[in-house]
Amino acid sequence: MKVTLEQTAYIAELARLSFDDDELRRRQDDLNRILEYVEKLDELQPDDVEPLSHPVENTGRPRADVVASSLPIEDTLRNAPDADDRHFKTPKAISV
Amino acid sequence: MTDYEAVIGLEIHAQLKTESKLFCGCDASYGAEPNANACPVCLGHPGALPVLNERAVEFAALLGMAIESRVNPVSIFARKNYFYPDLPKGYQISQFDKPICTGGRIALTRADGVAREIGVTRAHMEEDAGKSIHDRSDATLVDVNRCGVPLIEIVSEPDLRTAEEARLYVEKIRQIVRYLRICDGNMEEGSLRCDANVSVRPQGETELGVKTEIKNMNSFKSVERAVEFEIERQIDLIEDGGEVTQQTLLWDADRNVAVPMRGKESAHDYRYFPEPDLPPVALSEERLAEIRTRLPELPDAKRERFVSDYGLPDYDADVLSQSRDVAEYFERVANASGDAKAASNWTMGEVAREIRERKIEIAEFLLSPERLAEIIALVKDNVVSATAAKEVFVAALEEDKSPKTIVEERNLGQISDASELDEMIDQILKEHTVAVEEYLAGKEKAIGFLVGQAMRLSRGKANPQLLNKSLRQKLESMK
Repeated sequence: MKVTLEQTAYIAELARLSFDDDELRRRQDDLNRILEYVEKLDELQPDDVEPLSHPVENTGRPRADVVASSLPIEDTLRNAPDADDRHFKTPKAISV
Repeated sequence: MTDYEAVIGLEIHAQLKTESKLFCGCDASYGAEPNANACPVCLGHPGALPVLNERAVEFAALLGMAIESRVNPVSIFARKNYFYPDLPKGYQISQFDKPICTGGRIALTRADGVAREIGVTRAHMEEDAGKSIHDRSDATLVDVNRCGVPLIEIVSEPDLRTAEEARLYVEKIRQIVRYLRICDGNMEEGSLRCDANVSVRPQGETELGVKTEIKNMNSFKSVERAVEFEIERQIDLIEDGGEVTQQTLLWDADRNVAVPMRGKESAHDYRYFPEPDLPPVALSEERLAEIRTRLPELPDAKRERFVSDYGLPDYDADVLSQSRDVAEYFERVANASGDAKAASNWTMGEVAREIRERKIEIAEFLLSPERLAEIIALVKDNVVSATAAKEVFVAALEEDKSPKTIVEERNLGQISDASELDEMIDQILKEHTVAVEEYLAGKEKAIGFLVGQAMRLSRGKANPQLLNKSLRQKLESMK
């Protein structure tokens, strides 16, 4: 299986990444090399093996439904590139 | 002209009423200051790991049991990847190919009496996204309080055929989640949300037509109107030789129209993959059995039992079983008073009226079922009249005193003493000689006036049966 240049561009768009033509071709090569590497698995016949969603057998322990403290607002907003006193600010997503 | 058939499927998101969020300990309740309920997990900070809320799983399993789903012993969380400002992680943790509940059914009865069974495809757990505010500044403002609040998404089969059925389906789901006490079902506040997929096809056609999706319906009425609107729009379009295009529409309840969603809709390609940060959700047989013990009697079963066990008319049973709290209140009154019909009349009448007027829930209603049963007994034993009983009811509610004390304090007891009544009757007969003569002359109706006057004299407290009987006897003896 090979990834085409169009597919690479589509994946880049979904990931909101922008590349010039040269970079895009290099990413296509990278993706194809990764695919080639995992194609090795095709040598196996995993027909009677359950698909694995998680590498650990342990199903983990859930949490009791108890409220714990949240962050102070100044910490919550500390890493935000832009904020007002209570909100994150992002470029306008919808024009109203 | 071609007859068309509509095919409707609904996706309902119900916010699960847990204390904390689905994957972290932040408060999940509604109405906090913006961004007050946030931590590294729900903010999507690198290295922060989600840990599943046990109660959310239990609530989801309960819902599955109530709608006869298969509750799967193993289900898996998956990442649904998309970019939007109110989704800090860049993905929503949801369930994809292995949801917690598979299959299920919802029974509906249409207004014309036709019973319908609507299939449920699946129900899965997922986290809610935050809130984007677009209209308050030149930027989009983001509040992440809702990020990570647990939801259950219930997906119906495309079995619904009319707008009415769509509304009934949403109402039924709301009733069930409220009975289970897993969601408060408030469509205006968004704790219950509904998206509809609608397509039309010529009657008899088996292939599905092109569908559209309608969002933003925040009341039952909106669901019915929006689906109706979209069915008609699609039929008109096809009749005029056009074609339905697949798109997402937003319902505008003020203008009663569905408008195409603004903004660039990039192709929905969510690239689901198993969430590596969360192990599979396992529910042992013991755990499932334990959860099943918490499944309450559901509305349909309750309604039937109210008819068979209490001999209530269908109408009463239907009204009383609408809400679990109301049904339980009624049942306690019925059991304590031993008079189910009186209990039903009071619950649907005076109790419902007080609750409506005070804008409260029955859970906040202060008159205990036992006290209401006492009032019912007072009427039955002729201690108070039906009219006085209503005064006792209001007073008992406001003063937190026993009905008996109120009757004594306010002297509301019914006058059943014959000599006391006789005195009043004599006085009335003396004062209203014209009416007496009319009666004696054969005008039977005149007695009504005399009864009314005597009742007024007693300030409503005369035992009406006794008063009637004595008055008639006296008049007859004068003939």
